[in-house]
Amino acid sequence: MSKLTLKTEGDRFVVATRAFAAPPEAVYRAHTDPKIVQKWMLGPEGWTMPVCICEAKPGGKIRYEWSNGKGGGFYLTGEFLELEPHSRIVHVERMFLPQQTPDNHVETTFAATPEGTLMTMRMTLPDAATRAAMLATGMEHGMEAGYVRLEGML
Amino acid sequence: MDKLDRAFFALSDPTRRAILARLALGEATVLQLVEPFEMTQPAISRHLKVLERAGLISRRVDGTRRPCRLNEDGVAAIERWTAMMRDALERNYERLDEVLTRMNPPKRKRKGA
Repeated sequence: MSKLTLKTEGDRFVVATRAFAAPPEAVYRAHTDPKIVQKWMLGPEGWTMPVCICEAKPGGKIRYEWSNGKGGGFYLTGEFLELEPHSRIVHVERMFLPQQTPDNHVETTFAATPEGTLMTMRMTLPDAATRAAMLATGMEHGMEAGYVRLEGML
Repeated sequence: MDKLDRAFFALSDPTRRAILARLALGEATVLQLVEPFEMTQPAISRHLKVLERAGLISRRVDGTRRPCRLNEDGVAAIERWTAMMRDALERNYERLDEVLTRMNPPKRKRKGA
C-alpha cells in the first residue's frame, strides 16, 4: 500500500502527505531524534546512514551522510528554523550528489487523526524552474515521461 | 563524473533548464536559442556543450546547421533515478512504520496533568 502522495501547488511548492498509525508525539520524535532518524531515513535497500546530526532546536544543524558500503555515498546538510513540539518542524536542506542542489525549504506538520497522524511536508523551491526540474524528472509519478513536464518549465 | 552526475550538474543551471524546456517543444538551432535568452552565441554554445556531454541533448548535422534536440535516453535515465528516489522515500516511511510500531509511545497523563 502506497500511502505517500506528492502533488504540486502554485509554481514553487511540492506537497507530500503520509499517514502513520502512531500519535504525533511519536512521529515528531522519529523526525527529531538522530538515533531514530538513523533507523529509517535510509533510502534504497542496502544503504546506511553512518553520520546523522540532527540538532532539533532553532538554528540547529542537520547533516545526514548515506553510504552503500561499497564506496558510494552522498550527503545532505541543513538547518532547523522553527520547531513546535510535536506538531511542526521548519527546516532548510540541500543535497550534495556531489553537486549541490538548490535549497529546499521544508515545513513539516503532524496532525492528530483518529488513526494516528497525518504528516504534511510542504517543500518550497527557490523558483519555478527548480521545481520544474525536480518534477520534470518524474519525481511525482515515477516513470511517466518527462517531456510534458519539461514543457511546463517555460 | 558519471553520466547522472553530469545530468544533475547540467540541470543545476536555470538557463540550461530553460533550454531543455525550449527543446521539449521541438528541435532548435543555436541561433534560434540565442534569441529568447538574450545571451551571446558562444554563451549558449557553452551551455549546449554541457547538456550534450550530460547526454540530455543530441545534435545532428544539417548542412551548416547543427540543430539540437532532447535526448530521450538521457531524460529517461534521470526519470529512472528519481523514480528510484521516490521509491526510496516510500521505503523510508515503511521503515518508519515499523520503527513507530516498536517505539514505546511517551507515557502521558492527560487527565492528571
